[in-house]
Amino acid sequence: MDLQMKILNLIERDARLDAATIATMLGEDEAIVAALIKKMEDEKIILGYNTVINWDKMGDQSVTAMIEVKMQPEREVGFNRIAERICRFPEVKSVKLMSGTYDLSVIVTGKTMKDISWFVSHKLSTLDQIQSTVTLFILKTYKQEHFMFNDNDDDKRLVVSP
Amino acid sequence: MSDMSRYLSTTVKTIPPSGIRKFFDLVSQTEGVISLGVGEPDFVTPWHIREACWYSLEKGYTMYTSNSGLIELREEVAAYEKRKVGVEYDPAREILITVGVSEAVDIALRAMIEPGDEVLIPDPSYVSYAPGTCLAFGKAVPVPTYDADQYRMRADVLESCITPKSKILILTFPSNPTGAIMEKADLEAIAEVVKKHDLFVISDEIYSELTYNGKHCSIASLPGMRDRTLLLNGFSKAYAMTGWRIGYACGHPDIIAAITKIHQYTIMCAPIMAQKAALEALRHGEEEMLKMVDNYNYRRRLLLKGFQEIGLECFEPQGAFYCFPSIKSTPFNSEDFCEKLLKEELVAVVPGNAFGNSGEGFIRCCYAASVKDLEEAIIRMGNFLNRHR
Repeated sequence: MDLQMKILNLIERDARLDAATIATMLGEDEAIVAALIKKMEDEKIILGYNTVINWDKMGDQSVTAMIEVKMQPEREVGFNRIAERICRFPEVKSVKLMSGTYDLSVIVTGKTMKDISWFVSHKLSTLDQIQSTVTLFILKTYKQEHFMFNDNDDDKRLVVSP
Repeated sequence: MSDMSRYLSTTVKTIPPSGIRKFFDLVSQTEGVISLGVGEPDFVTPWHIREACWYSLEKGYTMYTSNSGLIELREEVAAYEKRKVGVEYDPAREILITVGVSEAVDIALRAMIEPGDEVLIPDPSYVSYAPGTCLAFGKAVPVPTYDADQYRMRADVLESCITPKSKILILTFPSNPTGAIMEKADLEAIAEVVKKHDLFVISDEIYSELTYNGKHCSIASLPGMRDRTLLLNGFSKAYAMTGWRIGYACGHPDIIAAITKIHQYTIMCAPIMAQKAALEALRHGEEEMLKMVDNYNYRRRLLLKGFQEIGLECFEPQGAFYCFPSIKSTPFNSEDFCEKLLKEELVAVVPGNAFGNSGEGFIRCCYAASVKDLEEAIIRMGNFLNRHR
């Protein structure tokens, strides 16, 4: 595996590892690791660094929905133009082209269910190429980005063993 | 009745309790400890292995297996050892599935030792070989290994420990507690001594997959050594399966038949659910296992660098998941060091002398811990050293 892949595998799970630590872990030079991270950021291989948050624990009442979108692809650009347009809405968290019975999977958050239904009926469905939508509300998150939300997997080992 | 000791055998009474036990009690009573004192992976057994065990229970695999263990598991073990160390074993006659390597060590010693026979054991090494020898009425003879040799066993030192009563040499590389490995050239020198003095080798290779700067070499793969060696291995460390208690022994059919005799009367067979899980590990577990090995390697480098930065002298361990730094720059012996470090900085490490006299002046630090804990432990140990040096 090349060094870029090794770095990405490490920071995919823990974005807070700094270049010095990564360099030590991989047995590499810190300057080389720092330069590679910078290069991958410049090339938009690394797009950003998020935090995985269990908002439920903050008493957050906001609502998230996954919307299955069926649409008419356009000549020359296929799904891209509309998909990129949908991306522009700030309430949209992710947009993915899917295989199967629908085309786009759009994840949207809003303060209330009304926010989301307003977004679907006023913003999304009104686009010419959109043929139909199915809105599925997310009830509970169990796992996201490899993190378990109700994690009881604390260290069960004996504190000292031979 | 108060004094029960009259019912106990002299042999059992002469065996000292494990030095680790005392320390375990001390650590258990302390809150908020970062423990580098464990002797097992920090990973849970990969999910597909746990799931395969579940499925086997659903299908009703809850019965005895043959004494030797499931034939399909022995076949996979044979294929694995051939692939990894280049030695071929006949699954039908040359492999026994055991309840961890621990059982294999015990029954091998019992099957081979006559009262008074001497067993050569690396010092320091894992805690059970000397008591196991004692329980088989043999005499444990420590073979010192040294920091200056990166804790590899030296042929000349081994030879100086040999007497006419020497019968068995136990090899335990990669080593718990030192993290030392033996490369091919090191083993070749040992093999010469073994052949010259007609010894037999019990090679505990439980940490073989956790070898970082090269490939593990087994003494069984050297010319003339296959039939002189009982190769022991298992799933605990590489596949994070310590609690399953599943391992195996490979060797000459006469030796396997003899240890199987003890195994069949005392254990009967290894638990079938653990055997089913081990089968899954060997058939589909390699990729995930290698990821875990990479992960140990990352943390090995991290801890080693940390020790350098706080001025704790440590040779580069190339196997297992332990560092074995010297604490000779402090005024403490191993036990005092560990007790004080625990009380003052809430970091648990294990005194090196718990693994033999040659471990005095050293501590065992296990890096199967989170990066966060390792970094914090290094800071705390640095503070401790600054105060006491």
